[in-house]
Amino acid sequence: MTIQQLIEQTGWKPVTKDADVTKEIKGAYCSDLLSWVMGKGQPDQAWITVQSHINVIAVAVLREFSCVILAEGAQFPENVISRAEDEDLVLIESDLPVFETARKLIELGV
Amino acid sequence: MNKILQKEFHVERDDYANAGMASSQIKSTLKQVGVDPKVMRRIAVAAYEAEINMIIHAWGGVVYLDVTEDGMIHLIFQDCGPGIPDLEKAMTPGWSTASKKARELGFGAGMGLPNIKRVSDEFTIESSPAGTSIFLTFRVEE
Ligand SMILES: Nc1ncnc2c1ncn2[C@@H]1O[C@H](COP(=O)(O)OP(=O)(O)OP(=O)(O)O)[C@@H](O)[C@H]1O
Ligand SMILES: [Mg+2]
Repeated sequence: MTIQQLIEQTGWKPVTKDADVTKEIKGAYCSDLLSWVMGKGQPDQAWITVQSHINVIAVAVLREFSCVILAEGAQFPENVISRAEDEDLVLIESDLPVFETARKLIELGV
Repeated sequence: MNKILQKEFHVERDDYANAGMASSQIKSTLKQVGVDPKVMRRIAVAAYEAEINMIIHAWGGVVYLDVTEDGMIHLIFQDCGPGIPDLEKAMTPGWSTASKKARELGFGAGMGLPNIKRVSDEFTIESSPAGTSIFLTFRVEE
């Protein structure tokens, strides 16, 4: 499914403006340890994490993730959002815990 | 061997905000010479891990990128110290001396160096109190 469809079907909030929501999401990866994410993540996945700091953007872009989903109702700081917009990376905030967030993706067939 | 491309990038100590800059510059530089996307992804992983280590464990340094006529990409990450006292330990998955601050940000899994070794075609690491150097080679075509 596309990021747009995910947003419509979950009601989760995309916090980036103008970043490309037509990208496909092919699977997902959950971790907050950046070297695990670097080593195990795959291109076009959604990355589910509770990390919201600036280095998340570099990891997501270099790993070619489709989008980053911040779980647990946490919020991305303003500087992180603007860096993501520069990189055309979609950031989404989910109010659910990591497990429930992942379950939602599975239910939707991601 | 003749070089068809040669560049260097500077990495600053403790500069978390710009961590990954050198790696993305390396990536965009290599895009211009037409590197296989799969190879590019491996390079991105290795470059990021090595760059981050220069920022969080070392006092900054320089990254040298060379592409040679024989289709090889050479990367050297050279920092200004303090060096790694026990390389064998450092290469062990899970071993880390990352600071509390670094761990809070999700660094310090002790997986960076093992990741670099796994994704590169050739890997050499040297270290002394004067600094650590990591030499990596990748073939342009997988
Ligand atoms: N450039 C360096 N200078 C000094 N020490 C280093 C350097 N790179 C690595 N080290 C040492 O080697 C250890 C292992 O490095 P490695 O990258 O594998 O894990 P990490 O950086 O601690 O955690 P992670 O990379 O998973 O976030 C580090 O904790 C540090 O003690
Ligand atoms: Mg590391």
